[in-house]
Amino acid sequence: MFFKMLLGALSRQKRKHLMIAFTVGLGVSLATAMLGVMFDVGDKVNQELKSYGANLSVIPKGASILSDLYRFQDEGQTNGESGSAGTSRAGSPIGANDPSGSSASSSSSSSAGSNQAGAADVANNFIPESELYKIKMIFWAYNIVDFAPYLSIDGFVGETSVPLTGTWFNKHLSLPTGDEVDTGMTGLKSWWVLDGPPGDDSEPNEVLVGKEAAQKLNLTKGSQFTISLKPGGEGMTFTVKTIFESGGEDDGKIFASLAPVQELADRKGLVQRVEVSALTTPENELARRAAQNPGSLTRLEWDTWYCTAYISSIAYQIEEILPMVRVKAILRVAQSEGAILEKTQLMIILLTVLTLICSALAISNLVTANVMERSVEIGLMKALGATGLGISVLVLSEILIASFVGGLAGYLVGLALSQLIGLSVFGSHVAIKLVVIPIGVLMVLLVSLLGSLPALRALLRLKPTEVLHGR
Amino acid sequence: MSQQSSNILEIVDISKIYGPVKALQNVSLYVRPGEWLAIMGPSGSGKTTLMNIIGCLDSPSLGRVVLDGLSLDSLSAAELTTIRRESIGLIFQQFHLISYLTALENVMVAQYYHSLVDEKEALEALEQVGLADRAKHLPRQLSGGEQQRVCIARALINHPKLLLADEPTGNLDETNEGLVMDILHSLHRQGGTIIVVTHSPEVAAHAERTVVLEHGRVASDSKLGAQEKIFDQASQGVEGLEGTKSAKEADSPIVEKAGGIG
Repeated sequence: MFFKMLLGALSRQKRKHLMIAFTVGLGVSLATAMLGVMFDVGDKVNQELKSYGANLSVIPKGASILSDLYRFQDEGQTNGESGSAGTSRAGSPIGANDPSGSSASSSSSSSAGSNQAGAADVANNFIPESELYKIKMIFWAYNIVDFAPYLSIDGFVGETSVPLTGTWFNKHLSLPTGDEVDTGMTGLKSWWVLDGPPGDDSEPNEVLVGKEAAQKLNLTKGSQFTISLKPGGEGMTFTVKTIFESGGEDDGKIFASLAPVQELADRKGLVQRVEVSALTTPENELARRAAQNPGSLTRLEWDTWYCTAYISSIAYQIEEILPMVRVKAILRVAQSEGAILEKTQLMIILLTVLTLICSALAISNLVTANVMERSVEIGLMKALGATGLGISVLVLSEILIASFVGGLAGYLVGLALSQLIGLSVFGSHVAIKLVVIPIGVLMVLLVSLLGSLPALRALLRLKPTEVLHGR
Repeated sequence: MSQQSSNILEIVDISKIYGPVKALQNVSLYVRPGEWLAIMGPSGSGKTTLMNIIGCLDSPSLGRVVLDGLSLDSLSAAELTTIRRESIGLIFQQFHLISYLTALENVMVAQYYHSLVDEKEALEALEQVGLADRAKHLPRQLSGGEQQRVCIARALINHPKLLLADEPTGNLDETNEGLVMDILHSLHRQGGTIIVVTHSPEVAAHAERTVVLEHGRVASDSKLGAQEKIFDQASQGVEGLEGTKSAKEADSPIVEKAGGIG
């Protein structure tokens, strides 16, 4: 009998129940879309932020000790090759983090560095270029999007001082695993505005000149200039291939292929620093603890941390495979990721909650209207001996059935909507997360029950005597 | 009056007060099992209020009601619901059938809220009111008289101790009124206790006893044989309040409106 009454009520009030289903569907579709995006937004935002540069800086252990000793700022080291150069550049042919360069008064020629720095110093303060391919062989190798080594010197064009940095523009690597990889600065600095083609490692005498450096040296595309390690000295001749604008301090520099700069600095096969751009999982408490001291983790926590693409675990794995380096997170980028992610997620949660509140209010109106319209029927049921609970169960069942039908439709529409958002905002599909289903069921229950509360209250208060004797 | 244990209903000095309005004032009434009582009176005399109290749909502000030996004093709404479900059959002027259920299902609804649903028994109840062949019809497919007979079948399906009818023929034409009164007579002959609230002296004439209410008080309470005077009083009362139209005439537009598709 209950089901006959239930089906009868559902079919009799089709329009009202369709409206309830539509309202729930609308709310659930928006909530599903937003939650779908929210659960995937971490990866999406990370991918987006990868276009704004590296998030890991690999430096030699010796340089790291000096950096820690003199409290060089992480951001200084990572926001360009001259990050900490202010303390070391004066009079040193090796710029930035070159440990030999840090002994400011010791060198004045290209050979001086090699003369004064012994083999041990070189091992401690430089990274062998030949070892860099291993970065693409760590556990999270596929999360390493790009990496590029740097070797900087303070050169002179005529009498004018200018930083020259050697790097990989777009290096092709054949890994022992059989994988073929193209990596380099072109991918890392994708926001640079170039007035010509990007750098090419196969053309070692062609360079990219920053806008400020070009103005300072009065260089234009196609200009040739000679750069040396001392004013007016002998050096190497380069051709300006492209002038770029980075919007930062790189605008004052010249970028060349790594090999000629190594030759000029007498640091063959060595680099000072490597920038790595990696896809990472947003940091959480476990990652923060691990970053401070991996030894503090339990075995299970350690496994979880190691097998998750946290920035700290990727850094740890690079240090594992390259024992001569220290890897640091570029805090500004990492923090931006976290902040943007938190704000985006907060906004999505707020929008989801607002959507659900709106749905609950709309349902409240619909259900109240439904109950009022059926007040005589409800009064009759009470007069026939139905309890308030019994009638509430009947009315709630109607609403829940309509809501779940609407919720199912809303879920499917929401999935489509999330894909639309993914494609239009991030240019890729949003992964379908199954966790949205139980959340969706909970949302339907919550919205339906909360929305029905005022109507149920009215239903319970309704007195048969008020509705059955109308004449 | 002395309390008699053989009464199925004892109403002792009850009043119902709504703010400044006294709908009932010191009403006392005793009904014996198997008795057919008509409650008459003009509009606003307190008939419906009294019916609600007897039907456990409402409680008196003062006084005591005992139904089948059970005092209804201080009972909660849920307890009154249980008593109503177990002991009282309700018939309404406007039938109040659930529109999306068939005639048979409307009868079964009362079974559902009482105990167990028995389709065969529900069909027999419809047979008793002459509607076995209309069992699968929806209310909108039934005439007003047929709807009222379904309502009676629903009221009787749980074998109530007391049948309470509120203007049972108020929306019916003469033919259907006759059919309904025949059913009530049949029930009365079988020993059923019936209380009919009505404006109509013709309907009241079928009862053994008539109580007339005026201004919330019992104006008269007659036994069979002394009813003529009461009918006159009741008719005058109705006319006094509703002009020259009789109660039946006054209700006639509703009869037309409620006339079913048939």
